[in-house]
Amino acid sequence: MAVDRMVRTPISEQDPKVRATNFDEVCLGYTEEEAIKEASRCLNCKKPLCVSQCPVTIDIPTFIQYVKEGEFEKAARTIAQASALPAVCGRVCPQEVQCEGKCVLGIKGESVAIGKLERFVADWARENNIDLNETKEKNGKKVAVIGSGPAGLTCAGDLAKLGYEVTIFEALHEPGGVLIYGIPEFRLPKDTVVKHEIDNVKKLGVKIETNVIVGRTVTIDSLLEDEGYDAVFIGSGAGLPKFMGIPGENSNGVFSANEFLTRSNLMKAYIDDYATPIKVGKKVAVVGGGNVAMDAARTALRLGAEVHIVYRRSESELPARVEEIHHAKEEGVIFDLLTNPVEILADENGWVTGMKCVKMELGEPDASGRRRPMEVAGSEFIMDVDTVIMSLGTSPNPLITSTTEGLKTNKWQCIVADEETGLTSRDRVYAGGDAVSGAATVILAMGAGKKAAKAIDDFLSKN
Amino acid sequence: MYKIVNKRQLGSQIYLMDIEAPRVAKSANPGQFVIVKMDEKGERIPLTICDYDRDLGTVTIVFQTLGESTKKMAQYEEGEFFSDFVGPLGMPSEFVKEDIDELRKKNILFIAGGVGTAPVYPQVKWMFNNDIKVDVIIGTRTKDTLILEDEMKAVAGELYIATDDGSYGYKGMVTNLLKDLVEKEGKKYDLVVAIGPMIMMKFVCQLTKELNIPTVVSLNPIMVDGTGMCGACRVTVGNEVKFACVDGPEFDGHLVNFDEAMRRQAMYKTEEGRAILKIEEGDTHHRPGCDCE
Ligand SMILES: Cc1cc2nc3c(=O)[nH]c(=O)nc-3n(C[C@H](O)[C@H](O)[C@H](O)COP(=O)(O)OP(=O)(O)OC[C@H]3O[C@@H](n4cnc5c(N)ncnc54)[C@H](O)[C@@H]3O)c2cc1C
Ligand SMILES: Cc1cc2nc3c(=O)[nH]c(=O)nc-3n(C[C@H](O)[C@H](O)[C@H](O)COP(=O)(O)OP(=O)(O)OC[C@H]3O[C@@H](n4cnc5c(N)ncnc54)[C@H](O)[C@@H]3O)c2cc1C
Ligand code: SF4
Ligand code: SF4
Ligand code: FES
Ligand SMILES: [Mg+2]
Repeated sequence: MAVDRMVRTPISEQDPKVRATNFDEVCLGYTEEEAIKEASRCLNCKKPLCVSQCPVTIDIPTFIQYVKEGEFEKAARTIAQASALPAVCGRVCPQEVQCEGKCVLGIKGESVAIGKLERFVADWARENNIDLNETKEKNGKKVAVIGSGPAGLTCAGDLAKLGYEVTIFEALHEPGGVLIYGIPEFRLPKDTVVKHEIDNVKKLGVKIETNVIVGRTVTIDSLLEDEGYDAVFIGSGAGLPKFMGIPGENSNGVFSANEFLTRSNLMKAYIDDYATPIKVGKKVAVVGGGNVAMDAARTALRLGAEVHIVYRRSESELPARVEEIHHAKEEGVIFDLLTNPVEILADENGWVTGMKCVKMELGEPDASGRRRPMEVAGSEFIMDVDTVIMSLGTSPNPLITSTTEGLKTNKWQCIVADEETGLTSRDRVYAGGDAVSGAATVILAMGAGKKAAKAIDDFLSKN
Repeated sequence: MYKIVNKRQLGSQIYLMDIEAPRVAKSANPGQFVIVKMDEKGERIPLTICDYDRDLGTVTIVFQTLGESTKKMAQYEEGEFFSDFVGPLGMPSEFVKEDIDELRKKNILFIAGGVGTAPVYPQVKWMFNNDIKVDVIIGTRTKDTLILEDEMKAVAGELYIATDDGSYGYKGMVTNLLKDLVEKEGKKYDLVVAIGPMIMMKFVCQLTKELNIPTVVSLNPIMVDGTGMCGACRVTVGNEVKFACVDGPEFDGHLVNFDEAMRRQAMYKTEEGRAILKIEEGDTHHRPGCDCE
């Protein structure tokens, strides 16, 4: 097959005009032929730089060689050695700054589409019912995992494979963490991809108890002392939304991105016969520039609104993935950059009628290395909007730390845990993922879950 | 799945259910609430814990049929199941942690409005179990909407009933009755706990501020997760934004911005109206020109 090594095999996507009105997945994935073609671009490097940038060190050249040979099952087994959620990571990893960011082909041309190939392999394995699980005999020891996001699922899966009896305690009525309540269907299909990955973890023997809030229904101490768990892993994420603290922020029609996305994703408010209501209004401002902001904006768009992203820095500082920004623009999201809200205006019944903003310009670099945005004097203006979605970041929820004596946190409310083992200031209590790092990525949370599983096994097999 | 082990109609639109939920029963305290989700497509409905039996592993809820979800909930029968039932949520009432001897020295008055009688009950019962006699006012529209009278009588010190139409007990609002008790009957209270419709709590707080009686209220803003993850439940208390589901639901009533809370509570009215229309009119609702689409 003649392949231009420098150019990526295109992947099909839903037409922007069509997809802006539905919740089906945007990216349609490679066909077998396309995947083989893309895989054949890989140089199978002796010292693969791509692998060095993958937080769970997937053996990328090996799995890609298998794809090239059409040996998809072998490719899937290669990935499974390192990652439990490849169909998820292939879709949502910030590949451009991880594996693909260091691919040698990226120096002169386009890097290999590692994420898209990973996704292809995972989808193929699911569609062909390949069972990738190998578990050891039960060893009679019990571990409790708090939270069923990527960190918890990975830690639980790894421990179950090693023979532990693992129960995940999840506060919500459905497992998956941000994969279920945060990231929208059009980026990460729930029934096919997410539920399948969760079923895989269940197949390993992991029990998932939903509707259990640690810190309310049970406590870490009651799990260790009354329920006989030998160790606990905390993967409770960073779910507490921030607000700006500007006047009018409690007006009707101002939501956190978490609320808006939870109503739409977890509660499926976008489907007619689900009971949970959602308000979208006619003109929506989404304040913020990260992945969460893009998700909220594109969800509001699909619910029929005109949507503006309002961000105080410029395009090059937008923290969201390039692909998401590109998709949002294609779909018709309007970007109001260098703009900062200062007040939300409301009518006499408390409903949003507009948002007072100021224009910004960039000054000298600040502590984060990015140029500091500064107000342009006299630039105040009113944006005509009836809904405002605040997407300013999240921090860990204090429910667990405030009910667990001796569990240390830092000034950002994050749980203090050893980087290599996840061990916290409490004996037998480990933690990882967003609860420790603050809001980060799926793959980093998985990596932390993996490390903690290993450390828990090391500890419990000695004791 | 959470089994309905007992169902009882308390009034024309008020139902009581005992739900099998051993983990919740084990940890529940007065002042806390649960969230119920009936089935896959249901919404998450917050309801106060009205009683709990740790031995039987059951939790009692009492609800009033208002909109689509509570109406549907009323159709569930004994032996059927709710798909989800999570709790206890929120903070227990502050008195649970207070020194019992100090508490016994206080004159406490509970004011319950309508279906708010249900959440007041476990608190009064807790007092009774700790040998503390408290007074209770139950305010309701009319005699037919009065609930839990006998249960409350069994645990309260003095029980006063006020009906808007005078069909039973005192004729008038709970605020009129409270004023009479303090000004005409010389009652002295060190603490008022008021639970009921937002508007009732607002007026009770206005009065108790004048009378200089510290007052605790239980807020019921719109909620989604109930764990501090969405911020739908935010309320302003003493110029600070609080999440009622984790910081509350009980707050110092004299600091609560009730006007804002009431505005926020009305946020989903039109959507709900749509849903009710859909139930009542079926598919004919989706007629051309209907502007509620
Ligand atoms: C809208 C959105 C879009 C994102 N997009 C991307 C992306 O494209 N790529 C990417 O890599 N990352 C993305 N992220 C970030 C990524 O999702 C998170 O970093 C990752 O999910 C963190 O995993 P976790 O397991 O630590 O926590 P979470 O996924 O947050 O899971 C924590 C779980 O613990 C549960 N829990 C919390 N407290 C308790 C308690 N007390 N008791 C019991 N259970 C509890 C929660 O309900 C939740 O289910 C996005 C995040 C959001 C919100
Ligand atoms: C902490 C708390 C404790 C509560 N305890 C009780 C109780 O013990 N008994 C009882 O009958 N009711 C209680 N409520 C109110 C109850 O949750 C609502 O009546 C119910 O959700 C209405 O649902 P609906 O679909 O039937 O009505 P809708 O037609 O959807 O709404 C009618 C009204 O109910 C309120 N409401 C609607 N959705 C929600 C929601 N998700 N969260 C909160 N309020 C909502 C709003 O004020 C709305 O205007 C409590 C609410 C909270 C927050
Ligand atoms: S897990 Fe993420 S970083 Fe690792 S290879 Fe896959 S897409 Fe790249
Ligand atoms: S760096 Fe690029 S070319 Fe080299 S092995 Fe990795 S993916 Fe293949
Ligand atoms: S209900 Fe979501 S934060 Fe309180
Ligand atoms: Mg409702």
